[in-house]
Amino acid sequence: MSNTHGMTPTNSAIFGGSLRIPGEKAAAKPVVRATWKPRQRWRAFSSKLFFFTSLMATVLAVAALIYLLQSVAEQGLDRVSWSFITSFPSRFPAKAGVKAALWGSAYLTVLTAAISVPIGVGAAIYLEEFAADSKLRRFIDINIANLAGVPSIVYGMLGLMLFVRICHFGRSLLAGAATMSLLILPIIIVASREALKTIPTGIRHAAFGLGATRWQTVRAHVLPSALPGILTGVILSLSRAVGETAPLLMIGALSYMAFVPETPMDAFTVLPIQIFNWTARPQDEFHVTAAAGIIVLLALLLTVNALAIFLRMRYQRKAQW
Amino acid sequence: MGIIAVLLSETIEFFRTVSIREFFGSATWAPMFEPRQFGIWPLVGGTFLITAGAGLIGIPGGLGVGLFLNEFAAPGVRAFIKPLLEILAGIPTVVYGYFALTVVTPTLQRVLPDTEVFNAASAAIVVGIMVLPMVASLCDDALRAVPRSVKEAGYALGATKCEVSLQVTVPAALSGIIASFILAISRAFGETMAVTLAAGSTPRLTLNPLQSIQTLTSYIVQVSTGDTPQGSIEYKSIFAVGMLLLVVTLLFNMLAYSLVKRFRSVYE
Amino acid sequence: MVNVGKDQATVFEPSAPYAIEVNDVNVSYGTSRAVLDVSLKIPEHTIVALIGPSGCGKSTLLRSMNRMNDFVSSAKVTGEILFRGSNIYADDADPVLLRRQIGMVFQKPNPFPTSIRKNITWGPGINGFQGDYNKLVESSLRRAALWDEVAGKLGESGLALSGGQQQRLCIARAIAMDPDVILMDEPCSALDPGSTLKIENLLLELKERFTIVIVTHNMQQARRVSDYTAFMYQGELVEFGPTDGVFETPKQELTRDYVSGRFG
Repeated sequence: MSNTHGMTPTNSAIFGGSLRIPGEKAAAKPVVRATWKPRQRWRAFSSKLFFFTSLMATVLAVAALIYLLQSVAEQGLDRVSWSFITSFPSRFPAKAGVKAALWGSAYLTVLTAAISVPIGVGAAIYLEEFAADSKLRRFIDINIANLAGVPSIVYGMLGLMLFVRICHFGRSLLAGAATMSLLILPIIIVASREALKTIPTGIRHAAFGLGATRWQTVRAHVLPSALPGILTGVILSLSRAVGETAPLLMIGALSYMAFVPETPMDAFTVLPIQIFNWTARPQDEFHVTAAAGIIVLLALLLTVNALAIFLRMRYQRKAQW
Repeated sequence: MGIIAVLLSETIEFFRTVSIREFFGSATWAPMFEPRQFGIWPLVGGTFLITAGAGLIGIPGGLGVGLFLNEFAAPGVRAFIKPLLEILAGIPTVVYGYFALTVVTPTLQRVLPDTEVFNAASAAIVVGIMVLPMVASLCDDALRAVPRSVKEAGYALGATKCEVSLQVTVPAALSGIIASFILAISRAFGETMAVTLAAGSTPRLTLNPLQSIQTLTSYIVQVSTGDTPQGSIEYKSIFAVGMLLLVVTLLFNMLAYSLVKRFRSVYE
Repeated sequence: MVNVGKDQATVFEPSAPYAIEVNDVNVSYGTSRAVLDVSLKIPEHTIVALIGPSGCGKSTLLRSMNRMNDFVSSAKVTGEILFRGSNIYADDADPVLLRRQIGMVFQKPNPFPTSIRKNITWGPGINGFQGDYNKLVESSLRRAALWDEVAGKLGESGLALSGGQQQRLCIARAIAMDPDVILMDEPCSALDPGSTLKIENLLLELKERFTIVIVTHNMQQARRVSDYTAFMYQGELVEFGPTDGVFETPKQELTRDYVSGRFG
């Protein structure tokens, strides 16, 4: 920036100090001028305070995350090994492993997906593409929004009553998967509807214009375009299910299992429950085992989330409405 | 809404044995020992302690992060912090429980030797960290939704960033921000695993966060993981407790939902 | 495509004192250049209109006069803009104090979502106004020709007013700060003809007290209200001079084509 005028006289008006330079203009409005007394020091101080406070909040939040991950890694990283992944739990912390829990989590996730995805995506398509904008639909909207906020343990109680007692699934994988499906259905429905909403109406009208029925339009044009978005939502909600503990505790997943479940009606355990159990024990050795379990769980979740991010990125690149 | 129906049937069963007056009138919760007493207040008090503590950390923290992301963070910084918050939000609650028990509690004990092994404070701290990303991201959304032109009007009057942010943007986004606070409180209220692991299982009415307490949720876990026979009064009691939990969180959510809706209508 | 070039531009030099002097200003957003080597002097107590086809850089130039471009992270300003003799882009210039003295009215009415009264008092409040706030509210609203319409409902939301009223509220809000200069970015583009007329009459009264720079796409409006007119095209200043001269005897062919409605 060059100053072609050479040195200009310092204008106190915009360089701090008193707000105005004296002069002919100031004389023109003397009464008003005298009544302005800004607290410049306080304003400068509060600006800095504001910046540092919000910066601190952010730094502390990030620090908490790093500290959390670091303390888990410090405790458990040495314990993670191939034998940890392929061993069953044991009374001896040094021998305990996560085989049953890992398989349990995997089976539970697959089963949950099998139940919740068709229902959730179906409901979303119905609500978004077929249902008339009626009072009923708005009622369902509000309910779904509210369901997403219900504490997970309440879903556990519901699952306990509905699937374990009334449907006689027992304390089985199937009961667990059904309960988890209840939990994540609202999330899947909301995410899928959001994905469907992003598809421009023009596409639908174009298809209708060619004489397609509503269902043909959805199947051939809307659904394929919305699929990546739906998939991202599904994966993220499944990753939520992988990390959930309380509902499965409610329906009675075991914490000690020396076998891998083979049918949906078998008893089961999952990683978070295994971790809960180890953490709840008083011996420090088991806390190390718990930390190792947490590392396995976080690694699993990270993989799943990375998949979702990958899909989202691909989606964003492809979609150019 | 089948949830309510199912819970309701067991809850009614429970109230056949225990009067509603005792439930809300007595200050002792002793379901396992004779004489059994079912006064809900100790559990509500414990839950309140956790919720208040978590709110004290998560709400200002989350708002601070939201403001930082909105007012100061360059696009690059934002792109770095947002995913970190998502990770923080995605960590399973049982991991937070582990963190409370093995990291936060020992630290507290070093600073305040009176701290019990199970205490409300460490649970409240981790629940606060847990709800922080949610508050941050909702506040960020609400602040971003305030039209640029309104902020510019503030700047054009010779206001500093701090003045525009706190006196123009925040009030304009207030209902969205408050909705995020309510959701955080509701979430802390229903949080289970961290509390079960770290806060203990001693139902008592106390305001001392260094003591062991019990919350509504951890009572449910305690009974359902114990050897309580189905049909017994303790077993039924968890449904009454769960019903209370559900009703309170639903009220919170409905409040937040209506606030968000109001917020949207301001700028249409 | 016609490029005028700085040397061919016709830039009139009005007599001092100047409220704002623009010297060789360039503004770019990333790689695209919005304002090219513009120089002009804005005398005190006049109304200067910036006209030109959309995208010609007139709004960008206006926003660089009170450093509102600071909030666009990709915007870069070179050259200097003198406000009462000092460069507002100097390292130690404080944009907050600057904006306190150079008010702005925006294209779309943007009242704060609070009461009418609070809309007026907020700016003076943070800037330490010590006088009588009731009088300030009344005098500002009177000068913005809004007092009679809102006198009884100062507690109501500014957003409840009609578009034209909202814009006059925004003008009242700017006046309340008692600034030296008021920048107006197409203040009537979102308003009906009736409201536009009211605001144009208002401007003529306000110039007794303030210097006004107004961006407008409406040539008739520029002609009706302004003392000087600057015509910009593709980021360059083509012609600047007394309004009558620019419209009736333009020196540049480009200006003539534009004011006669041949393009734009």
